[in-house]
Amino acid sequence: MISVITFKLILVSLLFLVTLGIAAYSTYFERKIAAFLQDRIGPNRAGPFGLLQPIADGVKMIFKEEHRPAGSNRLLFILGPSLAMATALMTSAAIPWGTHIEIGGHSYAFQVADINVGVLYVFAIVSLGVYGILIGGWSSNNKYSLLGAIRASSQMISYELAMGLSIIPIILYTGSLQMSDIVEGQHQVWNVFRYPLGFLIFLICAFAETNRTPFDLPECETELVGGYHTEYTSMKLGFFLFSEYVNMFVSSAMIATLFFGGYHFPGLSSLEHLPNLAAFLGFGVLFAKILFFIFFFMWIRWTIPRFRYDQLMRLGWQVLMPTSIVLIVIYGAIFSFL
Amino acid sequence: METLITTPPPPEEKEYNILNLGPTHPATHGIFQNVLKMDGEYIVEGEPTIGYIHRAFEKLAEHRPYYQVTPITDRLNYCSSPINNLGWHMTVEKLLGVKTPKRVDYLRVIIMELARITDHLICNSVIGVDTGALTGFVYVFQQREHVYEIYEEICGSRLTTNIGRIGGFERDFDDNLLARIRKFITEFPAVWKEFESLLMRNRIFMDRTIGVGGISAERALSYGFTGPNLRAAGVDYDVRVMEPYSSYEDFNFDIPIGQSGDVYDRFCVRGEEVWQSLSIIQQALDKLEKMPKGEYYAPVPEFYLPPKQDVYTKMEALIWHFKIVMGEVEVPKGEVYHAVEGGNGELGFYLISDGGRQPYRLHFRRPCFIYYQAFPEMIRGTMLSDAILTMSSMNVIAGELDA
Repeated sequence: MISVITFKLILVSLLFLVTLGIAAYSTYFERKIAAFLQDRIGPNRAGPFGLLQPIADGVKMIFKEEHRPAGSNRLLFILGPSLAMATALMTSAAIPWGTHIEIGGHSYAFQVADINVGVLYVFAIVSLGVYGILIGGWSSNNKYSLLGAIRASSQMISYELAMGLSIIPIILYTGSLQMSDIVEGQHQVWNVFRYPLGFLIFLICAFAETNRTPFDLPECETELVGGYHTEYTSMKLGFFLFSEYVNMFVSSAMIATLFFGGYHFPGLSSLEHLPNLAAFLGFGVLFAKILFFIFFFMWIRWTIPRFRYDQLMRLGWQVLMPTSIVLIVIYGAIFSFL
Repeated sequence: METLITTPPPPEEKEYNILNLGPTHPATHGIFQNVLKMDGEYIVEGEPTIGYIHRAFEKLAEHRPYYQVTPITDRLNYCSSPINNLGWHMTVEKLLGVKTPKRVDYLRVIIMELARITDHLICNSVIGVDTGALTGFVYVFQQREHVYEIYEEICGSRLTTNIGRIGGFERDFDDNLLARIRKFITEFPAVWKEFESLLMRNRIFMDRTIGVGGISAERALSYGFTGPNLRAAGVDYDVRVMEPYSSYEDFNFDIPIGQSGDVYDRFCVRGEEVWQSLSIIQQALDKLEKMPKGEYYAPVPEFYLPPKQDVYTKMEALIWHFKIVMGEVEVPKGEVYHAVEGGNGELGFYLISDGGRQPYRLHFRRPCFIYYQAFPEMIRGTMLSDAILTMSSMNVIAGELDA
């Protein structure tokens, strides 16, 4: 028992660090990739190839002056970014990072919490994320922030529905909400080949959930200055920006887990006699998939313009929602006759 | 008798939100304010305020000798200052009755078309930025840099160029410079094509721009629209064709027009004009090749400063130099209006001379000022995002708006 708790604690702190590290370096890679796509050089001052840039940014953020706009609610103003950050970090607990690890004859699941409603848990936490933005934008006492917050809340709520519906065929097929079962269910064929359309809907919704272009309306700088974080300074602003990257990481992990077989890779079953090697290889493979999707997020961001508010709503409610409902019916029929 | 008259329902008590778009806002690309009455995301009414960078150029010009007005014109539309400069020179030449040699005309055409390209590429790429696609902007800005290097070689400066003199250019275009221009017009098409293919058929971009911020040809004409914004509404008015100046009649080019005058049409019209400008530059370079080199200014000793070595060695030159610098030159009395096709539309100079060393009165016909008056009408009932696109697609430049 003690050993399980120790292992989980180590895993939790490890995942925490990895998530933060990935998110921090996502900012660096975002800028490097943007620079690459735009024929520029990108950050190259801090450290070799600018590799220390995220640290420099973090230090800068912490030392910036704290500013709270007049007429704002002190408690809510601080609660906004904290909530955004906390919910972003909580999601990764349910994601299976690899197969089992054997230490001293004991077998440990390479997952913080293998909850039997794992998918629901992730969705619940992701939906909480909107409160951070909403509270932050509302409490800033700024019209641009308020507009950003309104856009964010309506956008995230609308796309959550389509997102949730799009994975129901997977749950129908797997017969379980447990994340590890869903991954195991893709032992032979990845879900993306079973539900290509569902994957597409999920991907689009993931963009909307993370507020990335083409759905970055809550913070589009050319319209709303900074959107919900217009009034934020120092590390509170940092939290908002950072939580977006954490969300991007978690969304990529979800895409990889739900549709791209998680830690599965061809030849995994031949490594059965070497469980630790298989676990770590699986971990690496999952990360490769995640990094690819993070790159994909960035690639889209620097290529495509953004939607308008009403077009966004139309896409969410009139295209994605009905399509995913139709998919549920079709797949439900198929599974019941199989 | 049938009672058809019913009492209208009581007007809904609606609370509107007042949003200050500007004076400093990332999307205004300059300093001007819009007080928007918002119903959620929709704009009920917009009230533009101008004058934040009013520098009283027209008054300033009344206190400066003719050749010193040129730097003021730089600061009008700073995205295409050479057009302003050369337009001013041509206005003074019209007053003086000076006929410039063909070679000067062609050199001017090259510079003005380069300036038009930079103006349009900024406008179109900024439309991209305002829809959220930043990458195209950076692509074309690199090319603008090359144009600025060309300016630099002619006049020594980049943004506020003060290019040319009354009567011609301050120095001849050497082979190196012409090679640079040739290099630009061979390299630029690939970039421009890439930029256009990035946005022009992009579904999101089309959804964002088609039918947004439109204005009918009638309304546009009654407001006094000119340039790409009028052409996008379907009127083929171009000063270069209607009132050719600087030998534009020697060139073959098309005037692209749109249909609905919306943001997308403006984008396409500007995009096509860039292609036409490139062809004009190519034609001008070809014409220049057949001409003898060396002639780069008209003989207007009253206004064109003589070369320095002549000033030190020849009496005539010394006298003219003294007279020009001290402002002792004779200017005919008169009233002229000269218009050039600026980056944004018809850029007019209305000049009254009373024979003194300075203009008696000078008025700039600034196209942005006219466009901006139509802005409240164009954004009424649209969304905030549309208003920003409308503004950037009209290419309202604060310097030109406020003078």
